Amino acid sequence: MAAAVEIQGITKHFGAFEALRGIDLTIGQGEFFALLGPNGAGKSTLINLMSGLLRPTSGHIRIMGHDVQSDYQQARMALGVVPQELVFDPFFNVREMMRFQAGYFGCGPENDGWIDEVITGLGLADKAHTNMRQLSGGMKRRALIAQALAHRPPVIVLDEPTAGVDVELRQMLWVFIQKLNRQGHTIILTTHYLEEAETLCQRVAMLKQGRVVTLDTTQQLLRSHAAKQLSLRVEGVVPAHLQTMIKQQQGDEVIFNLADIGQVEIILSALRQAQVAVLDIQLQEVDLEDVFLNLVGSQGGQA
Amino acid sequence: MMRLLSTWLNPFYWLDDHISPRYRGMYTLFKKELLRFWRVAFQTIASPILTALLYLLIFSHVLESHVKVYDQVSYTAFLVPGLMMMSLLQNAFANSSSSLIQSKVMGNIIFLMLTPLTYLEFFIAFLAASMIRGLAVGLSIYLVALLFVDVPTVHPWWIIAFALLGSALLGTFGVIAGIWADKFDQMAAFQNFVIMPLTFLSGVFYSIHSLPPFWQAVSQLNPFFYMIDGFRYGFFGQGDVSPWLSLGVVGVFLLALAWLCLKMLKSGYKLRS
Ligand SMILES: Nc1ncnc2c1ncn2[C@@H]1O[C@H](COP(=O)(O)OP(=O)(O)O)[C@@H](O)[C@H]1O
Ligand SMILES: [Mg+2]
Repeated sequence: MAAAVEIQGITKHFGAFEALRGIDLTIGQGEFFALLGPNGAGKSTLINLMSGLLRPTSGHIRIMGHDVQSDYQQARMALGVVPQELVFDPFFNVREMMRFQAGYFGCGPENDGWIDEVITGLGLADKAHTNMRQLSGGMKRRALIAQALAHRPPVIVLDEPTAGVDVELRQMLWVFIQKLNRQGHTIILTTHYLEEAETLCQRVAMLKQGRVVTLDTTQQLLRSHAAKQLSLRVEGVVPAHLQTMIKQQQGDEVIFNLADIGQVEIILSALRQAQVAVLDIQLQEVDLEDVFLNLVGSQGGQA
Repeated sequence: MMRLLSTWLNPFYWLDDHISPRYRGMYTLFKKELLRFWRVAFQTIASPILTALLYLLIFSHVLESHVKVYDQVSYTAFLVPGLMMMSLLQNAFANSSSSLIQSKVMGNIIFLMLTPLTYLEFFIAFLAASMIRGLAVGLSIYLVALLFVDVPTVHPWWIIAFALLGSALLGTFGVIAGIWADKFDQMAAFQNFVIMPLTFLSGVFYSIHSLPPFWQAVSQLNPFFYMIDGFRYGFFGQGDVSPWLSLGVVGVFLLALAWLCLKMLKSGYKLRS
């Protein structure tokens, strides 16, 4: 079985600027995959190379086994892309745009049932005959997603689909996208909201300055980057041999990274021996946000 | 009843169901481009017709008794084919160029770039829609002009040939300009400094034989002159040059522009980098 997306040795230069510096990545069919990284890491550039909006400086990308350059028609048939920018055609309404979009891919009236399903699934039913111009920002975003799905592509790429979108839509969107994923569609997304990636995605790649810095399952990432944190408020000086475990210290608040839960015992007894008073104790789960900040640094904390 | 009528009057009704999947992409783009101008037909069809008729009324009123271009042809009748062709050319150009520049500025051109449409299908769809708008405007001007003046049609096939070639040439030119321009004002400049002068200086309002020799020679370098002269020959059976010469010149220009346009589209010029 061909991979949903196979990226080999991709580099992309804009003039002298190297936006992507050698990306290798394989995403299997049926995966729910997150592409994370700070602004400017090259996520959108990578997506544009998949969809053929940009051409690589070197390397190859295959979608469902079809090369995006030499076999571009088959590759594009297999791909549905929701662009990051909120673009729309002001001449037509939502349903017309979806029909046109499906038509460009060769889908005719037999596809109308699917179009209705997408329109309903994204909560656009009562806006189906509204001109694109008259939709609110959130509704435009839904229409943009609907359009990308119009030809029922097996691989769906969403470039920050929930940026600037209200909670209600985010929930509705993920319910619908998860349903598609269960039906076998491969989903790739970039997002600002790391909790989304954490709850939705099985695997995560983190990009930084045009390179993949981490590629792992979400679970493994969370586990390997210290499963838990111990947060204490103390009075006194933390003994030197505990310093290596400290992740962060601010005033009287000290956060320790724990490799396992048994270390709580060790830390507390060491503090007692050093006659450091413990005022408050909190045990925290690590989330993807922490891993992310660990790996790519706190550049504004944006994904 | 109304529904039945509207489905029968809808030219896409049958095609929507029966077009082969192989051609559906191109057909859909063509249909979208048609609907795009049809939705605003007042501005894209009615307004150019009105403009042409105003030219007709004013110029014929002022010049009818002063200018005689061909024997047995009134000046008003002489004006009609020129005005038809001028409007046909301008509207064929406007259709593809404005659609492309708008899509580029709005960003929705990417909806097309994400599809499996080939560059040839892209070209044909934009071209066909442009030609239909140009031809619709030209034909409408003819029909309305018949209310005021008798215009003969001596060689209908020449008329049809030049209408098709002219609309194709300017439709292609519009695609080129639409892809090249990045901003609306570049497009406006193109329209005002290239298309307008070329159409106005092509003999719409006069025969070039009435010009001094220098300006006659200059006019003969203008490809628009041949489109209008050949077209007019179809109506009156006489022109400033042979219709075969005009056919040759227009044909060569069309091939050259189509070649350039396809080369731009194939390379992804300004669309994919
Ligand atoms: N068309 C372009 N021309 C020049 N530089 C570009 C272009 N597109 C993107 N870049 C640069 O490439 C880098 C990656 O951009 P992008 O892929 O949009 O990042 P992300 O989506 O991860 O925020 C950025 O530094 C951006 O400025
Ligand atoms: Mg981006």
